[in-house]
Amino acid sequence: MNIVVLVKQVPDTESPRKLKSDDSTLDRAAADGVINELDEYAIEEALRIKEAHGGEVTVLTMGPAKATDAIRKSLAMGADKGVHLVDDGLAGSDALQTSYAIQQALGRTGFDLVVLGAESTDARTGVLAAMLAERLGVPQVSLANKVEIDGTSIKAQRQTDYGFDRVEASLPAVVSVVEKINDPRYPSFKLIMAAKKKPVETLGLSDAGIDASQVGLANAATEVVDFAEAPPRAKGEIVTNEGDGGVKIAEFLASKKFV
Amino acid sequence: MAEILVLVDHVDGEVKKVTLELLTLANRLGEAAAVWAGPGYEGAKDKLGEYGAGKVYVAADEELTSYVVAPKAALLAQLVAERSPGAVLVAATGEGKEVAGRLAVKTGSGVLTDVVDVAEGFVAEHSIFGGGIIAHARVKTGTPIIAVRPNSVAPEASPVTPAEEQVSVTLSDTDKGAKIVERVVQEKGERPDLTEAAIVVSGGRGVGGAENFKIIEGLADSLGAAVGASRAATDAGWYPHSFQVGQTGKTVSPQLYIAVGISGAIQHRAGMQTSKTIVAINKDPEAPIFELVDYGVVGDLFQVAPQLTEEITKRK
Repeated sequence: MNIVVLVKQVPDTESPRKLKSDDSTLDRAAADGVINELDEYAIEEALRIKEAHGGEVTVLTMGPAKATDAIRKSLAMGADKGVHLVDDGLAGSDALQTSYAIQQALGRTGFDLVVLGAESTDARTGVLAAMLAERLGVPQVSLANKVEIDGTSIKAQRQTDYGFDRVEASLPAVVSVVEKINDPRYPSFKLIMAAKKKPVETLGLSDAGIDASQVGLANAATEVVDFAEAPPRAKGEIVTNEGDGGVKIAEFLASKKFV
Repeated sequence: MAEILVLVDHVDGEVKKVTLELLTLANRLGEAAAVWAGPGYEGAKDKLGEYGAGKVYVAADEELTSYVVAPKAALLAQLVAERSPGAVLVAATGEGKEVAGRLAVKTGSGVLTDVVDVAEGFVAEHSIFGGGIIAHARVKTGTPIIAVRPNSVAPEASPVTPAEEQVSVTLSDTDKGAKIVERVVQEKGERPDLTEAAIVVSGGRGVGGAENFKIIEGLADSLGAAVGASRAATDAGWYPHSFQVGQTGKTVSPQLYIAVGISGAIQHRAGMQTSKTIVAINKDPEAPIFELVDYGVVGDLFQVAPQLTEEITKRK
């Protein structure tokens, strides 16, 4: 089975995250880049599917040169090879354009299954799986907290606000995963060393058959008008409990008409 | 005034509160037109009219809710093509955002998600990076498709009698790619939905164990609130993952958020920072949650929280 996992390098949520003042895109220099957290669950699920059914796991990322780190991390977890879609023309692409560029790159890799995290911690749009399924014309098996593959059919539990839906589809398909699905493995020293020798292919716009007029900041379907740091919250009142802390909160809540 | 399409979020005919918020917002931007997908409209029409849906497009075919997301996007795409609305509003829930994504591809339009307000000219406000930055964005191409976070707009009653129009959609095979074979509703008791609740009480690492979540639930019930949990608590297995508030869990924006035994790491703050009023109980005076609070008590939650529950009950 040809499994392609999509990963994204995002700014570490523990470091200061900023937008650049000149073009309102993410300031990648301001924060350490790490692999998006939910992507590790996607890699883990792909590895488990491969271990059960055979095949190969390819990690695909789109991003600047240093996003290779996200590929190396994925290879160290056990993925077989990497594909890095990297081109200055892609910078500033929005979700609609990103889904197009990845669709084109998937045309190069082929796939039986595309697996990705349901959301990234930076943009948090949560739309990529749906957009890709729409573009590729394959089933959307998204927000999965459980996945079972049997031959060419896939059964999943789709997380909902009220519980979950049992979903059935056939391969090829796009699967997005939520945190509850598994516990991602830690890369072993042996795998980290082996990862350095695994192949990583680099694709530019023309290699992937991407029309330059369909991607990049200038051609995006959305634009940031302005941004500013959120005003700090007014400093609240903090008291030390002297046996009446609960009563004091109740008084505060009453003053705000919550009780 | 242009029509503003609002996709109704409902579970088996029960309209979610976020839909009423979207109708209120839509009437500020144009004329609200609700879009109903699936069975159950008859039981919901009064509610939609009460909150200002001057028009309702009713697509009652059961197939619209029998497959994952794609049929709803097909329905909206058809209406966008036929009616040229000013914008399409959906709830920024997991599913709502997915509908928005597919619709954006189908119509070649820009999509803005996790929006907290929309102003004239469809300029959308976002609260990003865990609430640290407020950004305004707009759609340059196509029909603006905007996913609005629940609890961002106060719903206002504005009674009308909706003009109804039946809509039939022909679904393609790809729209029927992922079949929903069963809906499993997990027991949540009498408490409101986490993302829709006006008040949320959450417990974290300080709660110390699954059995102690009774304290959090007791406080929540005294306020008619939903229960949430930090990642530390869900990872430890003390409370189900589906109740996790934070970066990798749910984003909530209630009128009142009470954090009990939660230190307030960025992981958690990203999911609750836009709450209107924040109260915290934590034994560590240095806990970052206190930077956010309107009112905080440094103390033992096992003493303070039950006392608070008792006091609230007494005042009812």
